[in-house]
Amino acid sequence: MISAQLEIQLIASLTAVACAIPGTFLVLRKMAMISDAISHSILPGLVVGFFITQDLNSPWLILFAAITGVLTVVLVEKIQQTKLVKEDTAIGLVFPALFSIGVILIAQYANDVHLDIDAVLLGELAFTPFDRVFYGDVDLGPKSLWVIGSILLVTLIMLFAFFKELKISTFDAGLATSLGFSPLIIHYGLMSVASVTTVGAFDAVGAILVVALMIAPAASAYLLTTNLKKMLALACFFGVFSAIAGYWMAHALDASIAGSMTTMLGLVFLLVYLFAPAKGLFAVVYREKQQRTEVSLITFLLHLQNHSEPEERHVKHLNEHINWEKVRSKTVLNLAQKNNMITIENDLVFLTEKGEEFTAKAIEYILTNEEGLIEDMKDDFFLFRG
Amino acid sequence: MGITEYIQLVFSDYTLRTITLGTAVLGAVTGMLGSFAVLRKQSLLGDAISHAALPGIALAFLFTGSKDTNILLIGALISGLIGTFWIRGITSKTHLKSDTALGLILSVFFGFGMLLLTFIQKQPNANQAGLDKYLFGQAATLVESDVWLMTIVTGICLIVLLLFWKEFKILLFDKDYAQTLGFNTKIIDVLITSFIVLAIVLGLQTVGVVLMSAMLLAPAAAARQWTNSLGMMVVLAAILGAFAGIIGTGISATQNNLSTGPVIVLVASVFVLFSFIFSPKRGLLFKQIRLIQNRNDLELQKTLTFMYHIVEDHDDISHPHAIRILNNFRGYSKKGLRKLIDKNYVVVKGEMWSMTPKGFEVAKNLYNQNGKDD
Amino acid sequence: MNEKIAVKVDDLTVAYNYKPVLWDIDLKIPEGVLMAIVGPNGAGKSTLIKAILGILKPIAGSVTIFDKPYKKQRKHVAYVPQKGSVDWDFPTTALDVVMMGTYGSLGWIKRPGAKQKKTALEALEKVGMLSFKNRQISQLSGGQQQRVFLARALVQDASIYFMDEPFQGVDATTEVAIINILKGLRKAGKTVIVVHHDLQTVPEYFDWVTFLNVKKIATGPVKDIYNDDNLTKTYGINYKVSIQK
Repeated sequence: MISAQLEIQLIASLTAVACAIPGTFLVLRKMAMISDAISHSILPGLVVGFFITQDLNSPWLILFAAITGVLTVVLVEKIQQTKLVKEDTAIGLVFPALFSIGVILIAQYANDVHLDIDAVLLGELAFTPFDRVFYGDVDLGPKSLWVIGSILLVTLIMLFAFFKELKISTFDAGLATSLGFSPLIIHYGLMSVASVTTVGAFDAVGAILVVALMIAPAASAYLLTTNLKKMLALACFFGVFSAIAGYWMAHALDASIAGSMTTMLGLVFLLVYLFAPAKGLFAVVYREKQQRTEVSLITFLLHLQNHSEPEERHVKHLNEHINWEKVRSKTVLNLAQKNNMITIENDLVFLTEKGEEFTAKAIEYILTNEEGLIEDMKDDFFLFRG
Repeated sequence: MGITEYIQLVFSDYTLRTITLGTAVLGAVTGMLGSFAVLRKQSLLGDAISHAALPGIALAFLFTGSKDTNILLIGALISGLIGTFWIRGITSKTHLKSDTALGLILSVFFGFGMLLLTFIQKQPNANQAGLDKYLFGQAATLVESDVWLMTIVTGICLIVLLLFWKEFKILLFDKDYAQTLGFNTKIIDVLITSFIVLAIVLGLQTVGVVLMSAMLLAPAAAARQWTNSLGMMVVLAAILGAFAGIIGTGISATQNNLSTGPVIVLVASVFVLFSFIFSPKRGLLFKQIRLIQNRNDLELQKTLTFMYHIVEDHDDISHPHAIRILNNFRGYSKKGLRKLIDKNYVVVKGEMWSMTPKGFEVAKNLYNQNGKDD
Repeated sequence: MNEKIAVKVDDLTVAYNYKPVLWDIDLKIPEGVLMAIVGPNGAGKSTLIKAILGILKPIAGSVTIFDKPYKKQRKHVAYVPQKGSVDWDFPTTALDVVMMGTYGSLGWIKRPGAKQKKTALEALEKVGMLSFKNRQISQLSGGQQQRVFLARALVQDASIYFMDEPFQGVDATTEVAIINILKGLRKAGKTVIVVHHDLQTVPEYFDWVTFLNVKKIATGPVKDIYNDDNLTKTYGINYKVSIQK
């Protein structure tokens, strides 16, 4: 592995981590699409900034574009406040307009310089090692590495300094206000970090793939844990993994590194989406089936407890009155019998003592709105699950 | 080039005529269907669908080696639909919210599409160039058969819309109620969504995946400001969409180096901005004017009520009082007093004012009304 | 009391995300009553109505309307959803909303005509909203919006009316107007079932009541069962209302 390859992977990994951190909070705050809006609308900011500074890597340019990002958020919020259109429409109106302005500005005035539309969409990760920083004659490494490195450093400092505030304002804005943290300051702080990161990553991975780097790792992590610290760590891990794996896939296919990184992110998400132990598709479908039977069982037991008339307790009643198809009523009956909740005599069903105790508790929990306890109770009473 | 000259050119030049017609029809159909997307709070779904269509285009090319628009668009349609259903799968089966699902599918599908596009570009197949026109669209590549395809789809869409107008309307407004009336809301839902996906796919060649969603939203959002009828909104959105297409094509055709897609989007955005500000019923300008008017009216009413309290204590309501008493009242202004005189509520003689019987009646009513509100 | 049963609910159980919200409900609603469904928040009052109307799929139990399943009896049933369930900024007028009440009898594709318009206008007049017929619905007050919803149900000309909190967020005048219309419906032999919040007004407005809190607590004539005992059973705490008889 030559040093340029190493540098590209390093830059890609740092970018992934820098994106995953604000991305996690955006996903938790249900603002994922804001990152899409920011990444598109900083384009005109970049172009105008470029006209002023004439340097694509100038810190001023980054600041300028980041301000455009925050302005986008403000503009979206202002449009939402007019109530002329629905919230999501406001986002959908603002960013294509700003992006179009950016595209037209580039086509009109910047076509001959080092800023073209392909770079806007895909970034130029492969070329980043060639643009280097020198101190006198000493080679200090690629410029992008410094840019994204500084952004990551600032992000990390902010994260550690304001972790508590971020956490509280994300999960309970009301509580945050009462504790004296202004959710507004946290909100715009987060938007600023997201904007700066987007601009920094723009150069490497382009406008739309920034969105993938922000959302996909966080979304995958969210399916595996609800603990904020673990979620952040997992998101960073997924980001770095996809960056490195994506690099080598691009190397093998001789295709865009950014596109390949995103594809890796997509694959990671697909795997997590299907196989996550508690929240994955297969787990959810299996649990839904189990719960359907168990809820049916509880329903059935309650019915037995409610009615003493023999005709209401007849096995056939399950099909006729409760309106269950034969298959399901058999499953429910078997499960109840296996768990010693009922006995069947002459096709009449009776609750056992255990069954009665279970039912009484279940009713109590539901009436007091503590459904969560039913799950614990199932563990206590059930020998076999549905 | 003058406008009349340009219009003549549109009629005489085959290519320009085709492009203009194409963008106009496209604008009309997306405006029409966009109204439904906007009202269903699915504005950003269009953005996700259009981005999700990109890998379909690339894969269709990889598998068939053909650059025929129709084949590529079928690929786009399939991958757009997969994206749509995956978004639904994510929101219905996991605790991830729709914004996360949208952003995720949008960016991941797009990234995969870009990977395929760059992969195709490196292939030694001479036939490969030109796929990247689907990124920002290239109206110049529209040919007559494309326009025909768009027109046919628009026609079918229009027929379906007219046939199921009542069903669409009730589903959009009150889904539960529609269900109790016996309408199968799932069928109507699938019908609307499929047409939205179809319209997006049709626009990819002209406007491109990145900006397509604006074609869906902007005409509808603008139209909504001018009317309170769903029918009018759909018609207006279609007209605005068509004009955005025609004007955008005109601007980009007469300027150097301006791609059509972004220009059309900007024209449509200008429509939105104009509507937001100048619409008579909902517009910000008139809202502001009404706000100021109300404030003035309120001050006038307060002055009148203040005067009423003074007059009330006298048996003779037209007993004159000094104007300077009014200075004690914060809402008092000379302009306000003049207005009251104009309305014949008050008469002024020298430094004294007195209330007319008409003014007294109005003030009494006002006082009683406000008393009730408290 | 008329012995014909308008709505019969058997062993109905409904679950949201596999958490039961309605458990084993048995209910017989006689024809011609004006019934309130009362219970605390989260007791499943709206859920019960939605399950009867087939908007929610129950996991067990069955519902019949005049002895036949709901699907066959749609034309006998009208529904007033909760006011908050729709987007009031939707581009449509009061008359247009009321016209929607005729859609069910029209079926697929057929469009409403002059006859339907006439019925809609009559319904608007009945609720005192005729002069607002062309008003955009967002420009109506809460009470007026509720009247429009009621008019839409009246247009359906049903035998049974289900209403989900029709008095929520309406002014006193509208409340009186609505209850008068409901009483008129009862007089005409219709059955009216209302999810209701205000316990004070139950004896004054209704003649039949169902207490609900996940399970059915009690159902029957107001004069027989509307008492502190049932209220306490339903609301958990010691509940006392002064009932004027």
